[in-house]
Amino acid sequence: MSMNQTMTAELFFQQVPYILPEITLAAGALIIVLIGAFMGDRGSRLVTWLCVAVMLAAGAMAVLHMPPEQVVVFSGSYAADGFSAYAKLIIALTASSALLLSVDFLADKKLDKPEFPVLAMLATLGMFIMVSAHDLIALYVGVEMQSLALYVLAAYARDDAKSSEAGLKYFVLGALSSGLLLYGCSLVYGFTGSVKFDVISAHVAASRDIGVIFGLVFILCGLAFKMSAAPFHMWTPDVYEGSPTVSTAFFASAPKVAAAVLFARVCFEAFGPAQKDWLGIVVIMALLSMVIGALFALQQTNIKRLLAYSSIANMGYALVAIACGPEFGPKALLVFVSIYAVTSVGLFGVVLSLRTADGERVETIAGLSGLSRSNPLLAAALTMLLFSVMGIPPLAGFFGKWEIILATSSVGLLPLAIALILASVVSAFYYLRIIKTVWFDEPVATMVPVGTATALTLTGATFVLAALTLLIGLVGSAATIAGAGFS
Amino acid sequence: MIGLSHYLAVAAALFTIGVFGIFVNRKNVIVILMSVELILLAVNINLVAFSSFLGDLVGQVFAMFVLTVAAAEAAVGLAILVVYFRNRGNIAVEDLNLMKG
Repeated sequence: MSMNQTMTAELFFQQVPYILPEITLAAGALIIVLIGAFMGDRGSRLVTWLCVAVMLAAGAMAVLHMPPEQVVVFSGSYAADGFSAYAKLIIALTASSALLLSVDFLADKKLDKPEFPVLAMLATLGMFIMVSAHDLIALYVGVEMQSLALYVLAAYARDDAKSSEAGLKYFVLGALSSGLLLYGCSLVYGFTGSVKFDVISAHVAASRDIGVIFGLVFILCGLAFKMSAAPFHMWTPDVYEGSPTVSTAFFASAPKVAAAVLFARVCFEAFGPAQKDWLGIVVIMALLSMVIGALFALQQTNIKRLLAYSSIANMGYALVAIACGPEFGPKALLVFVSIYAVTSVGLFGVVLSLRTADGERVETIAGLSGLSRSNPLLAAALTMLLFSVMGIPPLAGFFGKWEIILATSSVGLLPLAIALILASVVSAFYYLRIIKTVWFDEPVATMVPVGTATALTLTGATFVLAALTLLIGLVGSAATIAGAGFS
Repeated sequence: MIGLSHYLAVAAALFTIGVFGIFVNRKNVIVILMSVELILLAVNINLVAFSSFLGDLVGQVFAMFVLTVAAAEAAVGLAILVVYFRNRGNIAVEDLNLMKG
C-alpha cells in the first residue's frame, strides 16, 4: 500500500466514531432483516423489540459521541454537532415509541410482519443522515432514504384500498417534491461551484446570483413538502387518514423533527448570509401553515385528519422559530419540535388505544363521546396531551411556544408572534371540542383494552410529557447548548 | 457553438414538461411515473453540464447518486402501483378519490 493510501485509510478510520449511530442503525437493520427472514411472521414481535433497542442505542450514541464543537467529516459532507445530536436523540426516542405503539395494532389487524419495524428503522437512518447532512448529496440521500421507506409504510396495509391510495398519493407528491429539491440542488451547485454547505455559504456571502436564489427557492419548496408546511401540505390529510394508524403515528413524530431540523440547517448554515432572501419565503410559509392548519381543522370529523391539520399548524410554528435566524432560532426550534413530537406520539397512542367491544377501531371524534365514563384514565391522558398541544401553562407545550415567542421578540418579528398566538387560540377551539366530547357527551360505545405494549407506551409518553414540564429548564439548557453553533 | 446555457435551457424545458405532466395528466398513473423520471433526468443534464463547465467532478458523482436513487424510487413506486391496482382494478388518476375533505 502506498503512503498516500495508508494516510487516507487512517483518516477514514479516525472519522468513523462520528458516524457510529448511523453505522449501528445500518448494520442493525441488515442483521435484523435477516433474523426476520429466517423467523418469518412469528418473529415480528422479537424484531420490533430488537429494532427499538438498536434505535435507542443509536440515539444514545449520538449524544455520547457528541463533539464539543462542530466537526465536519468525510471531506465536508457530514456534520457531527450538538444540533444534530439533540435531534437524533429526539428522533430515536419518538421513532422507537411509535414502533412500540405498532405491536398490538398490527397483531390485531394480522399485519404483524417483520418488514414494518425494519422499514421504520431504515427511515430512521434516513432521518439521522438528514439532520447531519453538510452537503447537498448527503441531504438528498438522507431525504430519499427516509421518504422511500415512508411511502411503503403508508401503503403497508396491502389489502386496504385506502392505504394503497394513501401510499400512491404520498409517493407521487413525494417524488415531485424530491424533483423540486434536486433541481434546486443542481442550480445551487452550478452557480456556487460546490455542494458543500460552508463553500455555498462563503459564495453567497460574496455574491448572490439569480441562479442561486432560484435554487434556494426550489430547495426550500422541496423541504417544505417533506415537513408538510403550507402551501405544500396537500398530501398530509389524505396520507394521514388513509395510512394504517401506526404508520400515521410514525409520520407525525420523528420525520417532522428531521425535516424541520434539516430546513433550519439549510437556512442557517448553507444560506446564512442570504437571510434576507429566505426570510420572506419562510415567513409566508409559516403564516399560511398556521392559517390553513387552524381553519381547515375546524370542520374535520376524522381524528387522523384533524391531527394532520394540527401538524400543519405546528410546522407553521416551527417555521416561525426558523424565521428568527441563526442566533435565537435553533434553541426555540429544538425545544418546540421535541415537545411537539413527544405530544404527537402520545396523541396517537390514545387513538391507537380506542377499540370498541366488537373490535372496531374508533377514528371519528364522535366515537370518543363518553370516553371519560368507560375509561377515565385514557380520557385524562388525552385531556392532558390536548392541553399541552394547545399550549396551556404549566404543561410542556406552553414552553415550546413560549420559547418561539421569546425568540421572535428578540429579533423584532412580533407580527409573527401575534399570528402564532391567534392561530393557537383558533386551534384551541377544536382541541376543546374533543375534550368536551370526551367528558360531557353521552357514551356511544364501551372501549376495551388493546394490549400492554400500547398502554405502556402511551403511559410512558404521558409521563415523559409531564416530566418535561418539571424539567423544562433542563430541556431549555440542553437546547441552548445544542443550538449555539450557528451564531 | 453549444454552450452551458443551451444545456440549461433543455434541462429547464424537460423539468417543466415533467411538472406539467404530473398536474395536467388525468388518465394514468404510469404517465406520472414517467414524468417523475423526466424531472430527474432534467436534473442530471443540469448536473453534468455544470460539472463539465466548472471542471469539477462532484456534479457527475451527484448524477450517479441521482440515477441510483431514481431506480430505487421507480421500484418502490411501481410496487405501490401494483398493490393499488389489485385493490381497485384500475390506475386512473381521477379515481384516486377515496379520501376527500
